[in-house]
Amino acid sequence: MKFRKRWQRQHFIEAIAKACMYLSGVIVIGCLGFILWTIFSKGITALSWEMISQPPQGGYYLGNGGGGILNAILGSLYLAAGGTLLALVLGLPIALYLKTYVGNTSWGNYVRLALDVLWGIPSIVYGAFGFTLMLAIGMRASLLGGIVVLALLEMPIMVRAMDEVIRLMPAELEQAALAIGSTKLEVALHVVVRQMLPGIVSAILLAFGRGIGDAASVLFTAGYTDRLPSSLLSPVASLPLAIFFQLSTPFPEVQQRAYASALVLTFIVLAVSLGSRWLAARLGKYVIK
Amino acid sequence: MSFGTKTRKAEISGIEDRFTRSSIPARVLKEKSVKNVFFFFTLLPILLLVIVTIALVVRTWPILRMYSFWSLISGKVWKPQNGSFGFLPFIMGTFWVTVLGVTLATVPCILTAIYLSEYAKHRTRTIAKPILDLLAAIPSVVYGVWGLLTIVPFIGSKLAPFINRHLGFIPFLKNTNPTGYGMLAGGIVLAVMIAPFIISIVYEVLLTVPQGVREANLALGATRWHTVRHVVLPQVLPGIVAGVVLGASRALGETMAVLMVVGNVAKVPTSIFDAVYPLSALIANNYGEMMSIPLYDAALLGAALLLLLIILLFNVLSTLVLKGFLQKP
Repeated sequence: MKFRKRWQRQHFIEAIAKACMYLSGVIVIGCLGFILWTIFSKGITALSWEMISQPPQGGYYLGNGGGGILNAILGSLYLAAGGTLLALVLGLPIALYLKTYVGNTSWGNYVRLALDVLWGIPSIVYGAFGFTLMLAIGMRASLLGGIVVLALLEMPIMVRAMDEVIRLMPAELEQAALAIGSTKLEVALHVVVRQMLPGIVSAILLAFGRGIGDAASVLFTAGYTDRLPSSLLSPVASLPLAIFFQLSTPFPEVQQRAYASALVLTFIVLAVSLGSRWLAARLGKYVIK
Repeated sequence: MSFGTKTRKAEISGIEDRFTRSSIPARVLKEKSVKNVFFFFTLLPILLLVIVTIALVVRTWPILRMYSFWSLISGKVWKPQNGSFGFLPFIMGTFWVTVLGVTLATVPCILTAIYLSEYAKHRTRTIAKPILDLLAAIPSVVYGVWGLLTIVPFIGSKLAPFINRHLGFIPFLKNTNPTGYGMLAGGIVLAVMIAPFIISIVYEVLLTVPQGVREANLALGATRWHTVRHVVLPQVLPGIVAGVVLGASRALGETMAVLMVVGNVAKVPTSIFDAVYPLSALIANNYGEMMSIPLYDAALLGAALLLLLIILLFNVLSTLVLKGFLQKP
């Protein structure tokens, strides 16, 4: 009798715990759905071809000028692409070095710790740092400044993501290549990179997505302009800042455009995120399993 | 044929001779030099960390020489024109928004992670991971827009008056701010932002518990929750705490989303509905005029330094704890 009671009690607790977990899961998924729905339903009404194909014209921020946010879309793409490229140039050697030369030694783990800590540094601090750096060398807010700061921001994300996948590579592949006389460099370039291409591509796109959505770092370093990006040394607009500035105006028409801009940004980020999965799956066909 | 040409060439040039005939092939030399270059690249992360800290310290130095550290972080008045730099309202703003966000996020996140690792079918898990990645990929400005459109009006028109009417006697729940912009809105937006992050880490930590341990307990007739509560959780508790701390450090530095919904009033908050002004928002809002007033730039970069140091502390500790877990064979 006593045993039966305890059994019933345990199962009662089990049911409650399970209900709480379902509820939590539904809340989390519900939030994602809610966010996407809000952005979509608010943004779609103001979105037009003019919005995404033209730079802003006079009076745009007063609600009576025509034009769109092409300056910000192009600016963001340039910033994120440049930042990702620079981060890749800096980051791929680090990821390969961590795999082929140092492995799990203490030096390698110090570097990984540094990268993890860098990943956690907020973008506003990178922005402030970039700003002091640019002041020190007498540079003004520009596309180049934004690219450099974004590269610093994206590099740890990219390297850690690459490192996580590269680590999973079967040791036999590397050993086989070494056994037939390849140098470690040849292993890194011809075996590791090819075998881990899907993971590397996902890491690059992950960093790109982080870069294109980041506002606090480019706020200081890339500036803002209504013109289309023209040179590396002139200021450039970006989508997150376009959203922010349009929202800060008191005019409802302009705020509507901010919602549309948010929809464009969300669309780009989700497309990159889903595209990286698709690409990784496609490239995965050429990997030795 | 080609071999013959090579030797003749080598005879002409003594330098080339040394290379072609040496016992070290050119590809090994290449390997050695590239190794050194790569090694230099791995110094970059550590160098960057040091340089960021030093640069901010150097730029903050003027204000630290004028005022004592303690008077800066305990001062309540922020009037840069008059030379009074009190960081307390901003520190309190950052602190309370973060605490509120982490408090709201922790329990649902841990429960969701437990569900994913202990209860969910394989199919659910494979769907859940991309969804979490999607949530994590949404830019913070978009979270801000969402908060502005839904959370702020909801708090301003419904939640705050309701709680004020029924629970207003509790000091921390009194409502004096009718707009809805404030600490609670910031906390909710932050909670949603850091949720995918915390779930992913806690989920990974839970997966490190060997399956056999669970099976042993289940075989004795325990329920699943009993197994989670008495077998799984005690083993991974430090890892879960570290995951939550990492989420908190994410929340501490979050700028744009928070900036858009917290109201930005430099006052020490007394209620969860009060407008607050976190450190990150202070930097982002004022960088434009930082060169116009003496010591203003030092003060703002000091705010960045303060954020950096707190986050470094949080990050290093929690990363070390997590490493201990995730690298177990």
